[in-house]
Amino acid sequence: MSEKILTKRLENPGYGGTIEEYLATGGYQAIAKALKEHAPASLIELVRRSGLRGRGGAGFPTGVKWGFVPKDPGLTKYLVCNADESEPGTFKDRDLIMRDPHQLLEGILLASYAIGCQTAYIYIRGEFIAGAAILERAIKDAAAHSFLGKDILGSGFSVEIYPHRGAGAYICGEETALLESLEGKRGLPRLKPPFPATAGLYRLPTVVNNVETLCNLPHIVLRGPEWFSSIGTPKSTGTRIFSVSGHVRRPGNYELPIDVPMRELIFEHAGGMRDGRRLKAVIPGGSSVPVLTEQHLDTRMDFESLAKAGSMAGSGGVIVMDESTCMVRTGEVVARFYHHESCGQCTQCREGTAWLHKTLRRIEEGRGRKADLDLLLDICDNMKGKTICPLSDAAAMPIESYLKYFGDEFERHIVEHACPFASTDGS
Amino acid sequence: MTEETVQQILSRYPHHRSALLPLLHLCQQEAGYLTEEALRLLSKRLGLSPTQVVEVATFYDMFHLKPGGQREIWVCHNLSCSLLGAEKVVRRFEEALGIGAGETTQDGLFRLKRVECLAACGIAPVVQVGAEYYGPVSPQDVAQFVERLRAQSAVSNQGSAFLPKADG
Repeated sequence: MSEKILTKRLENPGYGGTIEEYLATGGYQAIAKALKEHAPASLIELVRRSGLRGRGGAGFPTGVKWGFVPKDPGLTKYLVCNADESEPGTFKDRDLIMRDPHQLLEGILLASYAIGCQTAYIYIRGEFIAGAAILERAIKDAAAHSFLGKDILGSGFSVEIYPHRGAGAYICGEETALLESLEGKRGLPRLKPPFPATAGLYRLPTVVNNVETLCNLPHIVLRGPEWFSSIGTPKSTGTRIFSVSGHVRRPGNYELPIDVPMRELIFEHAGGMRDGRRLKAVIPGGSSVPVLTEQHLDTRMDFESLAKAGSMAGSGGVIVMDESTCMVRTGEVVARFYHHESCGQCTQCREGTAWLHKTLRRIEEGRGRKADLDLLLDICDNMKGKTICPLSDAAAMPIESYLKYFGDEFERHIVEHACPFASTDGS
Repeated sequence: MTEETVQQILSRYPHHRSALLPLLHLCQQEAGYLTEEALRLLSKRLGLSPTQVVEVATFYDMFHLKPGGQREIWVCHNLSCSLLGAEKVVRRFEEALGIGAGETTQDGLFRLKRVECLAACGIAPVVQVGAEYYGPVSPQDVAQFVERLRAQSAVSNQGSAFLPKADG
């Protein structure tokens, strides 16, 4: 049984996430230690040495990102916590916010100290109504204990944290769209460069970090970067919370070393397949990543191994599909999502997501044409690598993977003018 | 929405435009939707053109520019929920409420919406009503679910589903 780090407190079912309980279990000791023993630059170096990579989806090394922020103390800087969790199949940040909010707040304090900012925002998706209320409450309590506000613990370091609710837009999980939304505009992504570290919120230096990424910080500070990097692989360090859903017996969040084998995650921790059925497909990192199959079950879940297998670690959202699943229908549902969520700025994405959705719906409804499979690949090819943000790639690459591994199913739909699975899948 | 509340929100941001989303949420909470008057007031208050306010109001899924139900029933139809029968769940809600997804019941009590991933896939299929998440919701559960919602609406004067209570 591997050690839980982020979810250790949650192993106690009675843990209520209050500041009293958080303090009683070692909470807010990391920020006290950091303020006493580290200058911001040494804290950045410590996090860099830990090898911590972003847990939102991109997996960018956190310490390196922090290092891009200009050191000029006269500049106003911002830390933004990305709590917009919207990648289909992902539900780990919700648990962290709902059940242990002070862990996140302490992480935000550490990140803010490291980059030298005085204001931090938590951009939380609008639908997390209870989560926003819990954060507001936790911030009040932390302030009452002087862990927030002016001159924290007599260190001279001051920071305010404000939650900011989104209003229903997947694209606002993309960091530059998030910043546009925080500025009170539509969530239209910006061209990068410049990157937020130099020109972010209000075009000032900004670091955007995912909830889970930030939650790791107190532990890294207290136990050291060598301890953290002893878990996982040299390039993918630490644990990860995998959200497992779909046709498994025990869907849920599982914190495990990041290099756990997929087979172990699905069959040991998540209880294996429901109803004695056979595994057909696995999406290993949220709907934006290419699908994998039974042949990939021995792949480990770290960034490098999944990339080598032709997919990506992404958000850690693992969606498991059994033999009753129609992969054309899966493609249609996924395409419908990206079509809905495309912000519309880029022609390839705006038109491509609509076209993919329309075409896949036609095929699923039995009105597919022979030329459709080449058409789908052609559309995908035109959508990749040519847009302001990666939503277009996120829509195209999965469809390519469904065609690669399940092309015969698509052909059957077209030849038979019907979905061969119509009576067996959930819909 | 008191002036004090507005000031408290404005004070969180160095630029007033950032207060647009929180203020839109408040306006919608009060009237059940974003009235034209509210949008005009906001544009004046924040020094924005009406276009700048409306383009934001129409961009985000949670905002409505037309009246709807007192409460919203959101049914996720994204992948994990679909795999576990969400389409059937949507159809049962449509039957139990007598409306299509996207529509509001005659008595003005409920609007039914298909929504994208609610980040609760561990309890798929997921339904959200106000701040509450429900799941796994099976098609057989739906009729009783709707009855309970109706009973709740009958006894309490439910405010908008959209904001947490002031005392958190």
